[in-house]
Amino acid sequence: MSTPVLTQAGAPTGVPASARRRPRVGPGLGLGLAVLYLSLIVLFPLTVVAWKGVEGGAGAFWSAVTTPDSWAALKLTLGASALVAVINVVMGTLIAWVLVRDRFPGKALVDTLIDLPFALPTIVAGLVLLVLYGVKSPLHLNLAYTRAGVVIALLFVTLPFVVRTVQPVLQELDRDMEQAAFSLGAGPWLTFRRIILPNLVPAMVSGAGLAFTRAIAEFGSTVLLSGNLPFKTQVAAVNIFGRIESDDTASAAAVSTALLIVAFAVLIGLDLVQRWGSRRG
Amino acid sequence: MAKYLLRAIALLYLLFLLILPVGLIVWQTFGDGLQNVIDALTSEEAIHAFQVTLQVAIWAVVLNTVFGVGVALLLTRTNFPGKRLLNALIDLPLAVSPVVVGLALILAYGRYSTVGGWLENAGIQVIFSIPGMVLATVFVSLPLVVRAIVPVLEEMGDDQEQAARTLGAGGWQTFRRITLPGIRSALGYGIVLCLARALGEYGAVAVVSGKVVGETQTLTLFVEERYLNYEVPAAFAAATVLALLAVGSLLLTTLLRPKDGN
Repeated sequence: MSTPVLTQAGAPTGVPASARRRPRVGPGLGLGLAVLYLSLIVLFPLTVVAWKGVEGGAGAFWSAVTTPDSWAALKLTLGASALVAVINVVMGTLIAWVLVRDRFPGKALVDTLIDLPFALPTIVAGLVLLVLYGVKSPLHLNLAYTRAGVVIALLFVTLPFVVRTVQPVLQELDRDMEQAAFSLGAGPWLTFRRIILPNLVPAMVSGAGLAFTRAIAEFGSTVLLSGNLPFKTQVAAVNIFGRIESDDTASAAAVSTALLIVAFAVLIGLDLVQRWGSRRG
Repeated sequence: MAKYLLRAIALLYLLFLLILPVGLIVWQTFGDGLQNVIDALTSEEAIHAFQVTLQVAIWAVVLNTVFGVGVALLLTRTNFPGKRLLNALIDLPLAVSPVVVGLALILAYGRYSTVGGWLENAGIQVIFSIPGMVLATVFVSLPLVVRAIVPVLEEMGDDQEQAARTLGAGGWQTFRRITLPGIRSALGYGIVLCLARALGEYGAVAVVSGKVVGETQTLTLFVEERYLNYEVPAAFAAATVLALLAVGSLLLTTLLRPKDGN
């Protein structure tokens, strides 16, 4: 029965027996190789950082994290990232709304451009922002070496997150409820707040969480624009970089571990929110 | 009325955050004439930076493609204990700062680490040379191929693959004739994403490369070094090349995106 395919594929006779055995051998070996690859490149190095960060005990970890410059950098990073996440929730949802519900010439192009910050190298992102918002700003808006510059850089690199999480939810949203609310006399704002917004909240939260974790990790785009002034515009990643360059890998590892802990906490929180959202929906 | 207001706010935000900055640098680069751009990009250091970038990116893309296809098949076609954990670990690199990636690789494979010491005795230098830069680039772009093809493999199901198996096709033959054609556009999408990320990686590579001009300098490091040395035209020219590569990859991914492929 199997001959047509076999002759076409040129396989030798007697293959079925080995073909039945092969999938069982395959996954074992493949799984081993995949785990080895992941371990050598990701898990082992990250474990070494976390180990190096805490090997001196909790006291040493804490004093490395709270050295004045690192502590200032961490506070700036967390504060700026939280602000960026909030701005992204508002602007990202607004952009997603316009992309789904509005029609205008060039919309497809705008939709494509939203992903540009993901594709653009971060150092280039920093450089292009410096051209528009630096010392020689054609808008006469000099944000170089200021905290506002840090926020602009973070807004640039995190732009796609909320747009891309909210957009598909808006697209799938059933418009019957909105029309019902309208016909019962609710205005557009009331309809948005009571009918549409509750459906978008899980997507907005997960987009904001992703933007936040990306923002606390950001390095390249802030390097040129922020000037990396300690206590003023130095973000955590730049602080870690400085410590690596001055060969102080132990405290660099401690600050890195602090960043990793925050990122994982946010990601685990997001996972819980998503499960809660899907149970509710 | 509200409609136009919302549209105006969204477009103005994108204009000032995204379109004007990127447009302006392309404008300023070509403002001094094409010849200056060509001169800036054909200097010895620039050409070398191109070569290093390409070499590192190609290694990273090949490794992550092989790994990505393998893991995606494991996640969608087999069952094993710890599958959920593996699935979660794949996304781990996205949560790690590029600088932390670099530090992790230095601490794990640098000269003063145990493993780095063994490698050094064997004559292999990882950190401050190409292998370390490949590792860093592989790390940051690891999830991209997997995440591009897993949804397509799930949607495709394994009916056809099982049919091929019962008809006597071997594992490789089934993959080449059934699975691969099914995931072709998603795989292309993942590879383009991975390539764009690999060409543009800056932070992790800045840490592990040691930034040796003319040796381990990639195109992104070249942009930074030229800018800090007040050679702004060269920095702009290289940045524009990287920006155009990014836009190109973006257009390619819109063509290849799985949604459009089906």
